[in-house]
Amino acid sequence: MIAIIDYGMGNLHSVSKAVERLGCDMVVTSDPDQILAADGAILPGVGAFGDAMANLRETGLADTVKAYAASGKPLLGICLGMQLLFTESEEHGVHQGLDLLPGRVVRFQGNYKVPHMGWNELSFVQPSPLFEGVEPGHVYFVHSYHALPEQSSDLLAVTDYYQPVTAIVGRGSLFGMQFHPEKSGKLGMALLERFVGLAGSR
Amino acid sequence: MLAKRIIPCLDVKDGRVVKGVNFVNLRDAGDPVELAAIYDREGADELVFLDISASVEGRATMVDVVRRTAGEITIPFTVGGGISAVEDMKRLLRAGADKIGINTAAIRNPDLITDGSRTFGAQCIVVAIDAKFNAEWGEWEVFTHGGRNGTGIRALAWAQEAERRGAGELLLTSMDADGTKDGFDIALTRAVSNSVGIPVIASGGAGNAQHFADVFADANADAALAASIFHYKEVSVQEVKNTLRDKGVNVR
Repeated sequence: MIAIIDYGMGNLHSVSKAVERLGCDMVVTSDPDQILAADGAILPGVGAFGDAMANLRETGLADTVKAYAASGKPLLGICLGMQLLFTESEEHGVHQGLDLLPGRVVRFQGNYKVPHMGWNELSFVQPSPLFEGVEPGHVYFVHSYHALPEQSSDLLAVTDYYQPVTAIVGRGSLFGMQFHPEKSGKLGMALLERFVGLAGSR
Repeated sequence: MLAKRIIPCLDVKDGRVVKGVNFVNLRDAGDPVELAAIYDREGADELVFLDISASVEGRATMVDVVRRTAGEITIPFTVGGGISAVEDMKRLLRAGADKIGINTAAIRNPDLITDGSRTFGAQCIVVAIDAKFNAEWGEWEVFTHGGRNGTGIRALAWAQEAERRGAGELLLTSMDADGTKDGFDIALTRAVSNSVGIPVIASGGAGNAQHFADVFADANADAALAASIFHYKEVSVQEVKNTLRDKGVNVR
């Protein structure tokens, strides 16, 4: 069973459908017990970092996510959900994150278009169980802020948008994807399938 | 490097695709969900659904189309047409749309851009601009109602205002090029793309694969949209991408 954590941020329909299509049992839930009992959990998220953290704290789900990560079961943050794993973000003022991975989330700055929107190519920079049998290719990004992990060992894949941009992070069974695997065609589905595989949910 | 995007657009009325679609092996040529899945498999990078329903019931049907499509495809899609309130946006986004396109309603009430962007994030808000060259001004004017009604608004200024108000992307249709199949409007697309810092989707005028190569090379477009040439199989998404690859354009 995969728990998709519902904390009031954005569209959970596409993520849940994608997990379903992989033949997985899944539940969209805000119930801490249900989340903690799941074999794997997904922290999705679209919207602003500060609002998301406020929702996670108010609902008590911030502690649930931390407890889940500590349990060693696979946890995947997607897009904003990945950014929330870090120490802090500078989106509309400095906001503390879940601090499961040391690092900051900063705005794209330069003479280029923001948001970074569209299909960009992944480069795997470290081996990961997530990448077994998976060939890198294009995945769909849409974001105006990007994560700068403090420890290079947490960085699993990057893409190039006027600089190397954090695309996949991971430490143990904790993972994050800046792009939307559920919107990234076959490659996105393959990565999601690897994740639910790690959760033993298939 | 970011790939240039190819985006087929489907006109949907009361939950059915209008304008004949010339695909073989379709169970139901009017089903937007089935067509969306085909374009996904063919390598389309995104899709746009333009809801041209005139009735409340027709619009309600669109929510169902969106929900079924989101369960079926693995690429992002935008829904536009008749959206005039944040509540409309919420309904469609919750049903699984990735972005919302607004056009006339944004001109009538520019706060809709601001409010939508604040509520859902800039990445969800696509401002659609229909522009036509105004010879008297020597620049482009914003039109509504499929190019029938002039607004007196300058397209470049409107594009910049849309960005300032929080649009995440512009869908720019040239009313001069639309339907001609003579190619995208390079001058308009270049002028708009170079005056904003958000992505611009060029639309109107696509007649063959080379036209896509031109709009990326000469007009700095981030994406290009077409409807009939894809629906009528005059050229496939894959053929467009092959041509682009040959010309050195980065595509998925």
